[in-house]
Amino acid sequence: MIHIEYILIISAVMMFAGIYGFLTRRSTLAILLSIELMLNSADINFAVFNRMLFPEGHEGYLFSLFTIAIAAAESAVAIAIMINLYRMFTSIGVEKLKNMKW
Amino acid sequence: MDYSQFLGMREELSLLAVILLTFLIDLFVSSEKKAENCGNECSLEGRPCARMMWLTRVPIVLMLVHTVFNLLPCGAANEATWTSLFGGMYLHTEMMTLIKSVLNVGALIVMVMATPYLMRKENHIKAGEFHSLLLFTLLGMYFMISAGHFLMFFIGLELASIPMAALISFNKGCQKSGEAGAKFILLALFSSGLMLYGISLLYGACGTLYFGQMAAALSAPNLISILGLVLVISGLGFKISMVPFHLWTADTYEGAPTPVTAFLSVLSKGAAAFTLMVILTKVFSVGPFVEYWDTALQLLIVLSITVANLFAIRQNNLKRFMAFSAISQAGYLVLGILGGTAEGMEALVFYLAVYTFANLGAFAIIHEVEHHSGKVGISDYNGLYTTNPYMAFCMTICLFSLAGIPPFAGFFSKFFIFMAAFKAGFEVTVFIALVNTVISLYYYLLIVKAMYINKNEQPIARFNANISSTVAIVLCVILTMFFGVFSAPFNFLSYFGFGI
Repeated sequence: MIHIEYILIISAVMMFAGIYGFLTRRSTLAILLSIELMLNSADINFAVFNRMLFPEGHEGYLFSLFTIAIAAAESAVAIAIMINLYRMFTSIGVEKLKNMKW
Repeated sequence: MDYSQFLGMREELSLLAVILLTFLIDLFVSSEKKAENCGNECSLEGRPCARMMWLTRVPIVLMLVHTVFNLLPCGAANEATWTSLFGGMYLHTEMMTLIKSVLNVGALIVMVMATPYLMRKENHIKAGEFHSLLLFTLLGMYFMISAGHFLMFFIGLELASIPMAALISFNKGCQKSGEAGAKFILLALFSSGLMLYGISLLYGACGTLYFGQMAAALSAPNLISILGLVLVISGLGFKISMVPFHLWTADTYEGAPTPVTAFLSVLSKGAAAFTLMVILTKVFSVGPFVEYWDTALQLLIVLSITVANLFAIRQNNLKRFMAFSAISQAGYLVLGILGGTAEGMEALVFYLAVYTFANLGAFAIIHEVEHHSGKVGISDYNGLYTTNPYMAFCMTICLFSLAGIPPFAGFFSKFFIFMAAFKAGFEVTVFIALVNTVISLYYYLLIVKAMYINKNEQPIARFNANISSTVAIVLCVILTMFFGVFSAPFNFLSYFGFGI
């Protein structure tokens, strides 16, 4: 029997791995990957709550489906912006994004 | 399923029609025609050709029709006229019509003032995209405001922020614009990831995500639901750009094209603040939760107003300055949410309306000056009065209204919001906000001093303002005066009371 805690711990670890990656990575693409990790951890939460605690409805599953679609749209725009950055700076590292400070 | 329910979403359908028409018109006017016919005529200084004028004006006219059509609520102010569609997913009340009207007027002013920007040679091929992206953002705000379920709210929030990132990096070859766009989208994604995790925890605690049913399920606070509350507040705090979620604001405002900055500083803030109030008063309406979010918001408000004021004083770029001013104004805006009272709701909507006109007026002038001279520094404004007296005068009125000097509208909106928070019993927060009003007066007056008193060897040369910018500026100034002198708008607003 898999307890609900096991899956929740996995999703929490994913969440914090994502936050850690967001704060430490030096490439905007790696930052985007970390964010995807955070979004997916929330999706796991929705699915596991729906499956184990409230199996009579489908609200959680539907929410995670919509989230996946939205995350795809967000990544598309973010990658378009990065391509634009690459054309200007020939790099997508965050160290180039320092024209504006304070 | 009853498909006639879609007809209940009057405002959304009307805006969607505007978006589709804008999109189709842009699609069927081929790009060669846009480029060829204008050729050398549409240079930065010269008059643009008739075709381009037509292309940029049609969406504005459509939007004007939409705004007038949906300006005032058609029903009386009682619960019988509220529409709840799709099993409670979508809720519409008269108060929401009012706030959507404020957003409509704001979007209209932004579109009008963006016209000279879109007439530039490098932009006129993208004018249609600009309008459709802007209107899609507005549609997202509509859904966010009318949401009765967290899914609807989340989709609305994302629809309001993804096209925004595209708009921010609209100046494709410009390094600052690209940098601003990257900073915005990465931090927007991060905050929506955090908020999504919060929503999933709330789902675990309640078993439902309908606002109405969640309130019943959240009778006793536990660790999961409190964490959910905190994460939802921080996600919306990012959109409202409150300290400590404000770090993207100044950079994004500085890098984005000025009309987009104006849009960002007013509309997305207002929509998010209203939604925060809806969520807090509907979902977290049980005793202990109210105390929790009141404490959290008090902390955020005091931090936003104070920190932003201190940072605003040391800025030299006017757009960055307006960014910090917008953060501190957001603090005042959220002051209306405290306590979740009917007075707070009226004061919030009124504050938003007044703030919209004053801030958009200031941005329209900044945009016009930048368009003609390319300067946005505060010291560049030295001696503006000697060369462009009308511009300086309008800017002064807008800044006075932002600072809250009577008889302009800003004084009364601040007064109402302080009264509402004071009545709800938050005397200390109101006192700190009052002290900060005086500090904010200092830095708003710095700009007025630069324009009128400071001497400058080479002030910004005299220019003839573009006709559409003039319309935007005059409209903003007239509305600022009107809302300050006449009490009719606020009386009308208070007739609708709490209304959510």
